[in-house]
Amino acid sequence: MAFNIIVLAKQVPDTRNVGKDAMKADGTVNRAALAAIFNPEDLNALEQALRIKDQFPGTKITMLTMGPGRAAEILREGLFRGADDGVLLTDRAFAGADTLATSYALSMAVRKIGSYDIIISGRQAIDGDTAQVGPQIAEKLGIPQITYAEDIERVVHGRVRVKRRLEHGVEIVESPLPAVITVNGSAAPCRPRNAKLMLKYKHAKTITERQVEHIDYIDIYNSRPYLNLTEWSVADVDADPVQCGLSGSPTKVKKIENVVFQAKESKRLTDNDADIDELMRELIENHTIG
Amino acid sequence: MANFYTDTPQFRHYLDHPLMKRIVELKERNYADKESCDYAPMDFEDAMDSYDKVLEVVGEICGDIIEPNAEAVDQSGPTVSKGRVTYAAATQENLNALNKAELMGMGLSRKYGGLNFPMVPYMISADIVSRADASFQNIWMLQDCGETIYEFADEEQKNRFLPRIVKGETMSMDLTEPDAGSDLQAVMLKASYNQEEDQWYLNGVKRFITNGDADIHLVLARSEEGTKDARGLSMFVYDKKSGGVNVRRIENKMGIKGAPTCELVFKNARAELIGTRRLGLIRYVMSLMNGARLGIMAQSVGLSEAATREAYDYAIERRQFGKAIIEFPPVYEMLANMRAKTDASRTLLYETCRFVDMYKTLEDIARERKLTSGERTEMKYYSRLADAFTPVGKGMSSEYANENAYDAIQVHGGSGYMKDYKCERLYRDARITNIYEGTTQLQVVAAIRHVTTGTYLQRIREYEAMPVTPELEPLKRVLSNMAQMYEKLVELVAAPKEEEYLDFHARRLVESAGHIIAGHLLLQDANKNQELFRRSAEVYIHHGQIEVMKNYHFVTKARIEDMAYYKPGITD
Repeated sequence: MAFNIIVLAKQVPDTRNVGKDAMKADGTVNRAALAAIFNPEDLNALEQALRIKDQFPGTKITMLTMGPGRAAEILREGLFRGADDGVLLTDRAFAGADTLATSYALSMAVRKIGSYDIIISGRQAIDGDTAQVGPQIAEKLGIPQITYAEDIERVVHGRVRVKRRLEHGVEIVESPLPAVITVNGSAAPCRPRNAKLMLKYKHAKTITERQVEHIDYIDIYNSRPYLNLTEWSVADVDADPVQCGLSGSPTKVKKIENVVFQAKESKRLTDNDADIDELMRELIENHTIG
Repeated sequence: MANFYTDTPQFRHYLDHPLMKRIVELKERNYADKESCDYAPMDFEDAMDSYDKVLEVVGEICGDIIEPNAEAVDQSGPTVSKGRVTYAAATQENLNALNKAELMGMGLSRKYGGLNFPMVPYMISADIVSRADASFQNIWMLQDCGETIYEFADEEQKNRFLPRIVKGETMSMDLTEPDAGSDLQAVMLKASYNQEEDQWYLNGVKRFITNGDADIHLVLARSEEGTKDARGLSMFVYDKKSGGVNVRRIENKMGIKGAPTCELVFKNARAELIGTRRLGLIRYVMSLMNGARLGIMAQSVGLSEAATREAYDYAIERRQFGKAIIEFPPVYEMLANMRAKTDASRTLLYETCRFVDMYKTLEDIARERKLTSGERTEMKYYSRLADAFTPVGKGMSSEYANENAYDAIQVHGGSGYMKDYKCERLYRDARITNIYEGTTQLQVVAAIRHVTTGTYLQRIREYEAMPVTPELEPLKRVLSNMAQMYEKLVELVAAPKEEEYLDFHARRLVESAGHIIAGHLLLQDANKNQELFRRSAEVYIHHGQIEVMKNYHFVTKARIEDMAYYKPGITD
C-alpha cells in the first residue's frame, strides 16, 4: 500500500523573532527585516506525511508552495527531510492574494498534480493566522477536511483516522480519502534534515532560479532530472486570472492597529445557525465587521 | 532553536584553511564519486559547501535535541538488566535523531554508505556534539572504530560490518582489563582457535568498556598461548548477534554518566580475527588509540566551549555591588583566560586533524596505487607531525577542559556548587578527559621523543617563517623568545643524559613546546581573522609565556640532585 500525499507549505516572515523594524510606518509587515522561514505548523504537517511514508514505502510526497521565486527554498527544505518532489506556484498574477484567492490557486495546482490521497498542511501560517486556506481548498475540491490534527493515527485503503486537538480535549475522527488534513502545532515536531538527502538535493532549482542565479553545474540538470523543481504559472494550472491575486481577493485591509485585549471573559457559542446569526449581528453592530 | 555550528564562527574559519584544498582533493580522489553517487561533491567548492551544510544539521540537532536532553541523560543514565544495557531514554532519542539524519559513519567511504568526510569536518561535529553532551559524544564517537575495520580487516569483513555502522549500529573497543589499564600488554582475555570449526572463541573479562553492550565490538585478546607480552595479542571483532558476551555491571561514575561503562564477561563468544595475528596491540590498537585520542581532544574542546559559555552568560547576568560581575577584573580575567584556552585547544585540534587527514588519506591512496616519491615524502612528513601533535594536543586540551570547568564554577560562586547549574555537570564530565585514552602523564611519554628529536622545534621554526601583519609582530617576538627558552630548556635537560632526569622534566618540556605551538597557531588565526582571534592570541601568548618562564626557572634553579627530595622513601 502506498499513498500520494501533497504537503502544502508556506514561506513566512519569522514573526516569532520580531525586532523594532518589523512593521513599516504604514502598518504593513516589513518583510525585508524578517527572516523567511518554513511556516512552523507546515513542518508539523510534513512530519505527519513523512511518517506515513516511513510506514508505507513507495508513498510519494509532493511539496506544493505558492510564493515568490525565493519560496523554492521551502521545496528544498522538504526534499532535505524526505519529500519526493516539489512544485512552486509562482506568477505576478498571484500576488496580493487573500485566503480565497490563495485557496483557489492552490486547488487548481492540486488538480493539475492530479492524483492525491491526502493533502496535509499546517493549521495556519504565522503571518496571517487565518487557518482558512486548508479548509477552503477542501471545499473547492469537494473533499472532506479534518482540522486541528495532532496525529494521523491510521491510514488504510481509502480511510484515515486522525486525532484532533481541541480546546478542551481530543477527538478521534475518521474520514474517507481523499481528504484535507490541517495539522496543529502540538503535533510531533518535524525531523531534522537528512545529511545525504541534503547533499543530493542541495542543487535542486526552479527554472527561474537557474536563469537568474549564477549556476556552477549546468550539466547536472540534464543528468539528474530530480534537480529540476517544477514551477507553475497561472496559465500552467489553467487558473482564471481574475480569481487570482489581488483581483480575486475580496478582503481589503482598511487599517492595522495594535489591539490589547481588554475583556478577560470569553463567550461560548454552539454551532447552530441561530447562535451564529446572533454573533454576526453583534459583530456588524459593533463594527468589528463591515 | 539554537545551532551549535553557526553560533561558533571559529568552525568556518578552520574549514577555510588553505591546506583543506589539498586534503579534499586527495580524500575525494579528484571527485571521482560524482559519477556514481548522488551525494558526492562535484569539486572543491561543492565539497566545502557540503561540509558546511551537513555541519549545520549537526549543529541544529545538538542545539535543539542533544543539549536540551543532557540534564535528563546525566540524571537517569543507562541501566543494566539480564546482561543487557538500556540507554537513558534521552540518549536513545539523540541516537535516533542522528540516525534518521544519517550522520553515522561520517568518515567512512561512500562505498560503504559513509559521507567520506575528512577529519576536520568530522571532528568539528565531535566538538559540537561534546558541547551539547560529552557523555553522548563518547557513544557517537565510537563509530570511529569503523576506521580500524576499514584499515585492517579484509574486504569481505568490511562489506559486512561497515554498512551496519553507517546504518547506526553502535561500537565499542574492548581493551582494558582489571589488570591491564595503561599497560595493555598485560591483556589476558583468551582467544582460542577451533580448527575443526575454523572459529575463534573469546573467554575472559574486560573492564571499563565504554558502550560495552554495543552491536559491534573490537576486542583485544591473547591469541598466542603461553605469551605474556604485546606480541601475543591479536584484534578481533565480536558481533553482538553471535552472543556470548554479557554485561556484568555498569560503573557508577562521577561524570559522563550517559555513557555506559561496562564490565564484560566473555563466555565462548564467537569472534573473527581482524588482520594478522600478533599485531593486535603493536599495530592496530596504536592506530585505534590515535583516532580515539583525537576524539577525546574534540570532547575536551567541546567541554571547554560549553564551560566558557556558561561562565560568560552567568557573569553577564549576575549582578553584585550594583553591576554585572563580568565588569570586575578578577572575573573578566578568568573569562578571557577561559576563552583563550578554549581557542588554543581548538586550533591545536584542527591543526592535528589536518596532519592526520594528510597522512591517512595518502596512506589510503597507497592501498590503490603506488605513491609518487613526492607523495611518500609528504606522507612521512605529516605522519610524523600527527604523531607529535596528537599527544600534546590531547594532553593540553584535556587539562584545559578541566581548568575551564573549574573556573566556570568559580565564576558562578556558591551557585556553581549547586546541582542546579550546568557547570557542575561539565566539571564532572571534564574530569575524565585527562585520564582515559592515556593520562596526561602518558601523553607526555608519547610526546617526549618529539622534544628530543626536534620535531616540535622544527615545526616552530616553520611557524616562525610564516608572515604576520605589523601589529602582530610584537606577539611573534614574544613567541620567538619563548622558543629560545624552550631550546635552552631542552639542552639543559638532555645534557646529563640521564633518563630519569628527562622523565622528571618531560612534562615541562612537552608543555612548553605546546604553549609555543598553540601560540603560533592562534597568531596565524588572528592574522587571518583579527576580530575573532586577536584577543585570544594576546591572552594565550601571555599565559604561555609565563608558563614557559616558570618551567625555565624550575629547571635552571633546581639542581639535578634535588630530584631525590621528590622520590619516595626519603622522609627527612
